[in-house]
Amino acid sequence: MGQGFRRMATIVRKEWLHIIRDPRTLGLVIFMPVMMLVLLGYAVANDVEDIPLAVADLSHTDASRALVEKFTASGFYMVTHTAQSEAEILEMLDAGTVKAGIYIPEDFGRRISTGGSGTVQFYIDGSNPTIAQTAQLAAETVSQATSQEILVQRLERGGAGLTINLPIDTRIRYLYNPNLRKMNFMIPGLVAVILQIQTLLLTAFAIVREREQGTLEQLIVTPVRSWELILGKILPFVLVAFLNVAMTVGVGAFLFGVEVVGSLTLLAALSLIFLLGSLGLGVLISTISQTQMQAMYMSSFIMMPSFLLAGLLYPRDNMPWVAYYAGYLMPVTYFLEIVRGIMLKGVGLAALWVWVWPMAVFSIVVFFASVFMFHKRL
Amino acid sequence: MSVEKSVEVIHLTKKFGDFTAVNDVNFEIPKGEIFGLLGPNGAGKTTTIRMLCGILTPTSGEARVMGFDVASQSEEVKPRIGYMSQKFSLYNDLTVYENLDFYANLYSVPREKFAPRMRELIEMAGLRGHEKQLTASLSGAWRQRLALACAIVHEPPMLFLDEPTAGVDPVSRREFWDMIYNLAGQGVSVLATTHYMDEAEFCNIIGMMYRSRLIALDDPDALKEKMRGMLFEIDCREPGRAEEILKDLPFTHDVALHGVLLHVLVSAEKEKRGLEKALQSNGIAVKRIERVLPSLEDVFVSLVEDEDRPQMRDEIE
Repeated sequence: MGQGFRRMATIVRKEWLHIIRDPRTLGLVIFMPVMMLVLLGYAVANDVEDIPLAVADLSHTDASRALVEKFTASGFYMVTHTAQSEAEILEMLDAGTVKAGIYIPEDFGRRISTGGSGTVQFYIDGSNPTIAQTAQLAAETVSQATSQEILVQRLERGGAGLTINLPIDTRIRYLYNPNLRKMNFMIPGLVAVILQIQTLLLTAFAIVREREQGTLEQLIVTPVRSWELILGKILPFVLVAFLNVAMTVGVGAFLFGVEVVGSLTLLAALSLIFLLGSLGLGVLISTISQTQMQAMYMSSFIMMPSFLLAGLLYPRDNMPWVAYYAGYLMPVTYFLEIVRGIMLKGVGLAALWVWVWPMAVFSIVVFFASVFMFHKRL
Repeated sequence: MSVEKSVEVIHLTKKFGDFTAVNDVNFEIPKGEIFGLLGPNGAGKTTTIRMLCGILTPTSGEARVMGFDVASQSEEVKPRIGYMSQKFSLYNDLTVYENLDFYANLYSVPREKFAPRMRELIEMAGLRGHEKQLTASLSGAWRQRLALACAIVHEPPMLFLDEPTAGVDPVSRREFWDMIYNLAGQGVSVLATTHYMDEAEFCNIIGMMYRSRLIALDDPDALKEKMRGMLFEIDCREPGRAEEILKDLPFTHDVALHGVLLHVLVSAEKEKRGLEKALQSNGIAVKRIERVLPSLEDVFVSLVEDEDRPQMRDEIE
C-alpha cells in the first residue's frame, strides 16, 4: 500500500509537470471554459427584446398613438422607423432594417371611437423562428390587452357610473426565474457541459499521448498497477476541473448575474461524482484509441449528443420520445438537472435524489469498467 | 534465491489472428550472459522481447524470467527486469533528472539509496552537468544512455534491450556496448535485439530469427564453424562483372559483394582453382584469393538461403 501510494503520487507529480511545462495548453485548459461560457452565454441566451418595429400610423389619432405606445411599453418592441404605407414597411422588412411592422389604416381611430372594430395589419419577419414567436406572442398579448381596455371603457361610459370587473383575473407568478431570463436556464447547463468536455478530452488525451510516444509500454513494464496509473493520471485533472467549475460559476454570477441559490458544498460533492464517471469515460475512450485524433473523434460522439439530448439548449419535455429516452443514457442529463436544481431552485439532496442515484450508479460502473478495461488492454 | 537461468523460453508462440509472429521458439539465457537476438525487421524479435517483458501474452508455450512465469507471475517479473524499447521511451518535456527520478520512484528505490543511485547513474550515462536539461534537447546518443539509466535504475538482474543502438553513431554504439559489458560483468543478464551484425559479435550467445522462427542458436564462433562449405575472399578487377560470372558457376552456393571484395561460398577447398580459372578465362585478373572465416552476416545469409530453399520448392509445387 505504501509503495502503491508512492507510485501513484509519482504519476501525479509527473502529470503535473506535463501540465505546467506546456503553458499554452495550460492557458487553454483554464481559460477556455470561461471563454466558452462567455461566448455561448451571450450567443445562445440573448433574450428577445427591443425588436425593431416600423410604424405606419395613417390614422393619427389618440387611439392609434395609444396602441403604438402599448407596444413600446411592453419592452418587446422599439420603434426604429416610421413609414407612410404598407409597401414602405415591406421594403424595410425586405432590407432587414426592421423585424416587424405595424400598419394602422386611416379609419382606425374613427372606427374605435364609433364603437366599431379597428383593423390593424401586423407584419413579422418569420425567418428567425425564435424572434418571430416572441414577436407574435407579444403582438397578440398587446392587442388583446388594449382591446379589453377599450371594451371596459366603452361599457363604463355607457353603463352609468358602474365599475366593470373582468370575470376571470388570472395572476401568474414565475418561480425560480422570475424574469424568465434564458441566461438562468443556460448558465447551469453550460457549467455541466463544459465540465464534461474538459474531463473527457483531457483524460483521453493524457493517456493516448503516452501510447503514441511509446511511454505507456515503458510504464507497463514497471511494477505500477492499473488503478495507481489511472488515479495518478486523473487526479490532476480533477483539480483542473474543479478550478473550471469555480471559474464558470463565478463568471455566471458576476457577468451574467446568475447566482447560486443552493449549497455550494452540495454542488461540489455532486460534481465530484459526475467527474468520476466523466473521467472514466475518458479512460474508456483512451483504451480504444491508438492516436489522439481517434480519441478526438470518439469524444465528439459523446459530446454532440450531450449538447443536444441532455437538455442544455432545448427542454427535454418537448423532444420526440426517442430523443427523450436517449437522454437518460447520458450522465450529463442527470447532472444538468442537479446543477439547475442547486443553482436556480436552491433545493437539497432529498429533492435531487431521483437524479443523483442514477448518476452515481453510472459514474461508479463506468469508473470501475474503465479501470478494468485499461488493465485488460495493458 | 539463486537462479541459474535468467530466461527460459519453451515452445513460445504468438499469433495475431492468422499471422504467427513468433513460432515455437526455444532458448535460455544463463546468468550474466549477453544474448543477442538477430534477424531482419519483422522476424519476430520485438514480439519475443515484449512477451518476455509481460507486455504481450503468449498464445502458447512458456517463458520464465528469473524463475517466474511471464504470463501468470508478471507482478514478480516486473521488479526484476529492466526494459529499453526501440523508441527510448522518455518524457521529452521532463528534464534528465526528472525522468530518472520518475522511474526511480515507480520502482520504489529505497529512500536511503536514492541520492547515491541517482548520482551513480548520471555519472555512468555521462550526463553530469545536464541534469536540468530538457530531454527533448538531447542528442540521440545521450537519449540512449539516459534510457538505459532509466531502465536499470532499480538494479535489475535481467535487462531487455530492443534495438538499443538504432539511430546512434558508431562511436557511441561502441561506448554503449562497453556499458552493457560492465553490467554483465556485475552479473546482469542481457537480452538485446539488433539487426547490426557487427554488434552481434559482442554477444556470448546468438539466436538468429527469421520468419518468426529461431533458425540458429549458439555462440558466435560455433555458428561460424558450423556454416556449411568454405568461404573465399577474392580481390580482383571488375568485381561487379566477376560476381555475375561466379554466380553462374554450378559449384558456387553464394556470391556476395563486400565493398570491392567478393565473398564466394563453395562446398570444398578444391573449388578454389575452379574460381580462379573461371575469372581468368573471362579476362579478369585475380590479385588475391584466400579462405576467410565467415562473418555472422555470411552465416546469416547462408542460413536464410537454406531456410528459403525448401519453401521455394513448396511454392513451386
